[in-house]
Amino acid sequence: MTALVVVALTVVALAGTAVVLADAPERQAVSLSVFGTTLVILFVVLQAPDVALSELGVGTAIVPLMVMLTIRTMRKDRARDHEEDE
Amino acid sequence: MTRLTRLILFALGGTVMAVAFVLAALDLPHFGTSYHPYRDLAVPAAVQHHTANVVSAVNFDQRAIDTFGEESILIASVVGAAALLRPSKEETERLVPDLGRTLQSTRLIGYVLLPVTLVIGFDVVLHGGVTPGGGFQGGVVLATGLHLLYVAGSYPALDRLRPVTTFEIADSVGAAGFAVIGLIGLASTGAFLGDFLPQGALGQIVSTGTVQVLSGVVGVEVVGGMVVLLSRFFEQEITVQTGDD
Amino acid sequence: MAVYAYLVAGYLILAGSYGIVRSRHLVHAIVCLSVAQAGTYVLLIAVGYQRGGATAPVFGSTTKPNKHVVDPVVQAMTLTDIVVSATVTALLLALAIQINKRHGTVDPDDLAALRG
Repeated sequence: MTALVVVALTVVALAGTAVVLADAPERQAVSLSVFGTTLVILFVVLQAPDVALSELGVGTAIVPLMVMLTIRTMRKDRARDHEEDE
Repeated sequence: MTRLTRLILFALGGTVMAVAFVLAALDLPHFGTSYHPYRDLAVPAAVQHHTANVVSAVNFDQRAIDTFGEESILIASVVGAAALLRPSKEETERLVPDLGRTLQSTRLIGYVLLPVTLVIGFDVVLHGGVTPGGGFQGGVVLATGLHLLYVAGSYPALDRLRPVTTFEIADSVGAAGFAVIGLIGLASTGAFLGDFLPQGALGQIVSTGTVQVLSGVVGVEVVGGMVVLLSRFFEQEITVQTGDD
Repeated sequence: MAVYAYLVAGYLILAGSYGIVRSRHLVHAIVCLSVAQAGTYVLLIAVGYQRGGATAPVFGSTTKPNKHVVDPVVQAMTLTDIVVSATVTALLLALAIQINKRHGTVDPDDLAALRG
């Protein structure tokens, strides 16, 4: 196993840990995107360009964007509920 | 169930799973082995059908029926999510003014990258049989590219460039197209999704028979699905308001 | 050392599951689920890898068809799943938005208390 593969795998494991341990979902949107990027690098290193392309769009952009929009929608809905309570 | 019992349960289950996984991993062919029986079957089959990108050949030729299942999951989730996210009766949509709080340099990068990404996206879909790429990846790149307009700080511009109804239709046309091509294959070759198109030489763009067509159809479906989904999330976040204000 | 790649895959699956178990926010749980899912991608791609200069399974004018490539079958499975799982994640996020609208909370423990 080449050193490059070991490094790429280790970085993926660390980035994944960061996503799981981030308690605030807002921060997770960012760390999820970073995690996606590390996966893209790993797939390129492991000679899987097709998979890397797929992960590049989905893992680094689309899913983190959806997560971010979801959190903001929730916050907006929550704020509205509080207004109605008062 | 309290948090503590849940964590204890997970600790037990997780330990069992970890031990079993390590034992299984030790028994797998070693990482980087040269023993790949599936590869040895897939590569000659792809070359026989003149498809240079073996991954696309597996997706849209050898295992096309599996891809048909996958894209059915895709359209089902898109329909489900879109239904859950449509504004309810007491919510109305309102148009938002262009807030223009984005940095000029960010705007510029967004606008410059938009055409570049779209061109790359089309290229990835169209050359899926020859170079890395195909409908799934290209569709995702195209959908991401369109949303650079949002990064460029202009939601109204994004809204104009992205008539959601068109993409909704594209999503279903793509899904139906896959089935139709499969049925044409059934009629002309006797097998569902059979390859009925003439094939050229390896490496040419038109060489791959139905692989290229199915890849294009999936590209249309993926781009439609992703754009519809993201537009629903944007609607919830930006334009949906409660009735009173 | 030869099983390191598989262990990383297993670690991601377990870490993601752990995140779901201790989650206090539905969106957090959904994101952790996608980490666990990424573990399966790493496992599949690792199983298909071949060392010693095996190239990607894409041929062209420079690389004539040969069998010294990594396994294309696992790559095909992984790449379709990445795209499809994005839409499934979207479905889960949409559910979470509706739960928040209806119950005003997204803490799984509070939601369990609401039932009945």
